[in-house]
Amino acid sequence: MSDSKKLRMQLQCPMPKLDFDVITLGHGSGGTLTNKLLDSGVFDLLSNDILDERHDGAFLEMNGKMAFSTDSFLVSPIFFPGGNIGELAVNGTVNDLAMCGAIPKYLSLSFIIEEGLKMTEFWEILVAIKYACEKAGVKVVTGDTKVVEKGKGDKIFVNTSGVGNIHPKANISEKNIKVGDKIIVSGNIATHGMAIMSVREGLEFDSTIESDTMNLNHTIINLIEQFGEDIHLLTDPTRGGVATVLKEIALSSNIGIDIAQRDLPINDQVASACELLGLDPLYVANEGLFLSFVDASIADAFIETLQKDENGTHAKIIGTVVEEHPKQVIMESAIGGKRVVSMLPGEQLPRIC
Amino acid sequence: MKYMKEYRDPELAKEYLEEIKKTVTQPWSIMEVCGGQTHSLVKNGIIDMLPKEVTMIHGPGCPVCVTSLSLIDKAIHLALNENVILCSFGDMLRVPGSKINLLEAKAKGADIRILYSPLEAVRIAEDNPDREVVFFAVGFETTAPANALSVIHAHRRKVSNYSILASHVLVPPAIKAVIDDEESKIDGFLAAGHVCTIMGNSEYYPISQEHKVPIVVTGFEPLDVLQGILMVLRQLEADKAEVENQYSRIVREEGNIEAQKIISDVFEIKNQVWRGIGEIPESGYAVREKYANFDANKKFSITIEEAPEHPDCISGQIMKGIKKPFECAQFGKKCKPSFPLGAPMVSSEGACAAYYHFSGLIEA
Repeated sequence: MSDSKKLRMQLQCPMPKLDFDVITLGHGSGGTLTNKLLDSGVFDLLSNDILDERHDGAFLEMNGKMAFSTDSFLVSPIFFPGGNIGELAVNGTVNDLAMCGAIPKYLSLSFIIEEGLKMTEFWEILVAIKYACEKAGVKVVTGDTKVVEKGKGDKIFVNTSGVGNIHPKANISEKNIKVGDKIIVSGNIATHGMAIMSVREGLEFDSTIESDTMNLNHTIINLIEQFGEDIHLLTDPTRGGVATVLKEIALSSNIGIDIAQRDLPINDQVASACELLGLDPLYVANEGLFLSFVDASIADAFIETLQKDENGTHAKIIGTVVEEHPKQVIMESAIGGKRVVSMLPGEQLPRIC
Repeated sequence: MKYMKEYRDPELAKEYLEEIKKTVTQPWSIMEVCGGQTHSLVKNGIIDMLPKEVTMIHGPGCPVCVTSLSLIDKAIHLALNENVILCSFGDMLRVPGSKINLLEAKAKGADIRILYSPLEAVRIAEDNPDREVVFFAVGFETTAPANALSVIHAHRRKVSNYSILASHVLVPPAIKAVIDDEESKIDGFLAAGHVCTIMGNSEYYPISQEHKVPIVVTGFEPLDVLQGILMVLRQLEADKAEVENQYSRIVREEGNIEAQKIISDVFEIKNQVWRGIGEIPESGYAVREKYANFDANKKFSITIEEAPEHPDCISGQIMKGIKKPFECAQFGKKCKPSFPLGAPMVSSEGACAAYYHFSGLIEA
């Protein structure tokens, strides 16, 4: 989140006056303190007709085919260039639903807070959640707060689950992928992961790299309306990056994938940071980015539409589904050599030289 | 950052490859000494682009891989059993000790931190005066100045709770050991550019003359490696054996004199055990007596027995270029990056891991 955006949000939603400035175990006890915390403005911030009933669960009216997704968010630090854990938690689940071809509608929101979290920090996270929900057009309809002892958490963990109706024109499935499909990435890769790295303790480096966390549902729905069933698969390459997701798809769908290094869009600063730290951007985490497998006949039109969207200005065709080498992702290197792209055995660790 | 694209230009790469094809008339084996070069060769798909006469052999140049088992066990012991914050470069964490690796030690509650700079570890020591902070000082000559500097820095600032667990390995003795091995058949070497940035080229002249091998100090970008290979081939085809510097944009003949002074202030040369190869005379650094207070080996009096390597691992033959990873019966079977049997499978720069990662084997 940029400083001006943050300031505007704080001005619009100033933190109410409270008689506590840190969250303690009692705030998760379910007793008076919990109510005090919830009444402090949490409900007002996220207020909507369903949440305001304050029942044990939410009453929802939904029909037809739906998508349901859940995700837990743990990020260190919880505030990073370009955002915080709050909007990450909303956008993450919203985007997972969008990848199913769904129109995200309702979210649950749960916090596990480590005692000692400053109320100002919690408020900033809540405000980010409020704005992320508004932007995505979703409602938080139920939630939970637990507090754990100091040392048993990492400031705050957030879980969101969400539901949404599948768009009538959507037919998203790995089974629909076929030879010749074009693979399109919606923007610059590795941005979010490197934004987090740039502020991680022990690794700090000066940069202006900002996380690209954002909701993609409006972008996706617009594409589905226009291209319907010609969009065969949508997926967001978060943890493990673009390489891991492509390899997973190649394995589970028994297809071959060819990509070219020269086509991978990446911001110069991000590329330099990866180079300095010895990380391969193909394996760095993304947010606010998605991969589409589309019918070759619509690839150009798809790119044209996507590039007009604020979430797709750097979109590019990066590869093709091929008959050869099933289960393998092969990348043409910058100098024209070929190499296999595989999964890493664990988290990518910085190289020594 | 400038000059990232310039040394990855596909047109120039094609020209170099054409030139290599024109130059070569008979089979040659060239060893790239440094793991960074192995990584570049494999990552850029260069090996398959070279003519079949040129065989690249991947040397012992991954300092993480050749760090002895007993030192890793010692680091794990310190992190688990003493009041120690253990700081390390990232790729050291997955390297297996005789029982577990540092990542697993971290999961068991050890305070292990990944750093890029040993100076950061000194800062952590200053911030935690009631804890001991140990930096696992791994690397070739390249990382030695920064590691040495951290000792000098801690000494000046009187940071008494900081020490390093030094595991430095030196390149020229390793090249000699490889040449001296009767089974090895290497015709020429790409020397490690960054090591020479620090140490200069002087140590390579006697090796080249005595053993009649071309040695080309080479960089790490794809075009560097291709040019280095071409320079070695031109010498071989002309029956020459000289030291040349492909990486002249970075490497000065005399190296970095200031860095060399810092190294020799803190370290002295000693025999060193290389994992998978064994002891190589005068191939490592020990902290000098005057900085004994900053030497974790002396500060913590623990003795760890050198545990035997896995009996099925042929890493010594791999790192001397006698065998290729594919020729190992366990490659990709019992031995995988997630369950490495030995040194070259542990870091992405190790020859076996590089082959595995980019070969498309599917890990079940």
